[in-house]
Order: sequence, then C-alpha cells, then structure tokens
Amino acid sequence: MSIIDLFRAPRRATLAATAKERLQIVLAHERAGRDSPDFLPRLQNELLEVIKKYVAVDEDKVAVRLQRENNRSLLEVNVELPIPAGGPARRPAGAGA
Amino acid sequence: MAKILVMTSGKGGVGKTTSSAAFGTGLALRGFKTCVIDFDVGLRNLDLIMGCERRVVFDFINVINGDARLNQALIKDKRVENLFILPTSQTRDKDALTRDGVERVLNDLKKEFDYIICDSPAGIEKGALMALYFADEALVVTNPEVSSVRDSDRILGVIQARSYRAEHGLEPVREHLLITRYDPGRVERGEMLTVDDVREILTIPLLGVIPESPAVLRASNVGMPVVLDEQSNAGLAYADAVARFLGDQVEHRFLRAERKGLFHRLLRRTA
Repeated sequence: MSIIDLFRAPRRATLAATAKERLQIVLAHERAGRDSPDFLPRLQNELLEVIKKYVAVDEDKVAVRLQRENNRSLLEVNVELPIPAGGPARRPAGAGA
Repeated sequence: MAKILVMTSGKGGVGKTTSSAAFGTGLALRGFKTCVIDFDVGLRNLDLIMGCERRVVFDFINVINGDARLNQALIKDKRVENLFILPTSQTRDKDALTRDGVERVLNDLKKEFDYIICDSPAGIEKGALMALYFADEALVVTNPEVSSVRDSDRILGVIQARSYRAEHGLEPVREHLLITRYDPGRVERGEMLTVDDVREILTIPLLGVIPESPAVLRASNVGMPVVLDEQSNAGLAYADAVARFLGDQVEHRFLRAERKGLFHRLLRRTA
C-alpha cells in the first residue's frame, strides 16, 4: 500500500461498508417477511365486510398491517370512519346483524 | 450412496453453469462418477461450457417424456473419465419439467452415479425450484455484490422451506457458500464486499472463493471446464473447493491481491 492509498482508504472503505449495511437492513426485513402470513389480504376483506355491517366505510379506508419487532408481532388495523353527516350512518349499528 | 447437489444462486450471470462444469469435472477427476444436469429448459448452455454441444442428440426432457432412454441422452465427457452431461432441451416449454419426471430420472441416475449436480436456472420459478427440490446439498453461488447476496439469501429461504427435505421434515439440505468473481484488489481498496462480509450476512459455511479471472472466459470460449486449466487461479480455486467438499482441509488462497512485478506487468501475463 502506498502513501496515497493511506489517504484514500478511509473514504473508499465506505463503499463496501455501505453495501454491507444496506444489505443487512434489507435482509433483516425480507427474512422477517419470508414466513409472513399470506392471509393478510383475506383478513382485510373479511374485516371490511364485518365493519360494513355496522358502519358505511370506504373500501380503501381500511388498512391492515403486520409489524414485527424483536420477539413479537403487532397486527395493526386502521379504519377511517366517515364523519356522520348530521345524522346516523346509512346503515345504523345493529342493522342486519 | 449417491448425492444430489444443486448449483443455485437466484440471480443470473453469477457463474452457476461455470461452477457446475468446474465442480462436476473436479469431482470426476477425484474418481467419483459424476453427472451434471442442465435444468435451464429453453436456454441450454451447460453443453457449450463443457464442450459437448455437437454431441447432443436427446435431452433431459426427452427422457422425462419417455421419448429417449437415459443412456441415450447422457453424454460421456471425452477428456475426463467418470464425467457425464445430461443436456436440457432448447425448445420445449418449462412445464415439461414435472416433479415426478425429475424424480424418476434422478432415481435412475442415483443407481449409477456418486454425484449428480443440478445446474439451476436463474430466478425462483419452476426450473429453479425443480433443480433444488431433491437436493441433498446446495452450493449457493454468490458474487460479492449487493443484488447477488440478496438473491442468494432469498434462494436459501426457498431451500429451507420448499425442498423435498424441508417438506418431509428430513435433515435439512446442507448449504455451502461459493463466492465467485472475487477481486482481492478491489476488496483491498474498499470497493467490494469482503469474503467475511458475505459470510457474515448469509451465515452459511464457506466452501470456496473463486477469484475473478480471465481464465474463465478463455475456458468457456473453447468449451473446457476451467478446473482443467491448472495454470489459472480460478481453476485451482475450484479444485480446492472440490477437495474441501470431499472433506480435505485446504486453506483458502487467492484472497489477497497479487503484487505483480514490473516484469510481469510488461508481459501482461494474466493468471
């Protein structure tokens, strides 16, 4: 290694280090998702059906997400409810249930 | 007992066929009766890399479909005793590769051979799945480069979940890491992932490191498995990997950049 290399090394070393870091991050996510349940889309549809029985919601206002942390998974269901327009929802709670 | 090896990678162009040809030839040179099968239906290339392209009459798919007997399709290598090639079809569709058909052919080969190497196509589609399904051992070919490492990780997941051994709760497929196109000069300049980086990320045992070498292209030009080029680092590295696979203790070499003298540089000698 020449003297010039000594000056150059720190900056260049980051290229391989960057590659490694990016890989470690992306693979951590992908490995976690590898055996992720493929029932999420179905779960989302069925939840939507149930919610629709009680509240008039938009198809795209329901989001189901599975988050993984170190040793637990978190199932997150977000339902955006419409603002009642001065009265009860079109299908009031209990209707048809 | 015959062993089935799969040479796989997920990503294309990393050296699966080169490695299958070299590894198969290496095993045959060590005295084991070896058959290398091309699983890349529609994109036949193993025959070209092994120099038997003009001798292909029947292929793997013909045998699966019962249009030819196994012995009619197997091509005996002219240079190395104990080495056979089973080429794939160039035209037929991939659906020809049925699980039952592949199993039947592999079972027949197991009666005659010590090692059967399945040269996988790229991707994680049917051809790749069929190549790895019956494997006892997997050689995962990886370039020290982000997309190749990621795809290797992916294919390892497939091996662990969807191989015959996985599906039947048998002892898992033994995994081996074969790093190819390794350029020690670039690694030393910090431009390329090191062997240890790749090992650390993929966490499977390292079988061999094949240095980037002009000998690989030279060998493919003439249809000679590079392991037969004993003057080349790549050829020697493949022979080392075969020896390690067979249980020999062989130190890894060619991991450091060569310091070429002025004389060598002037002659532009390439190893």
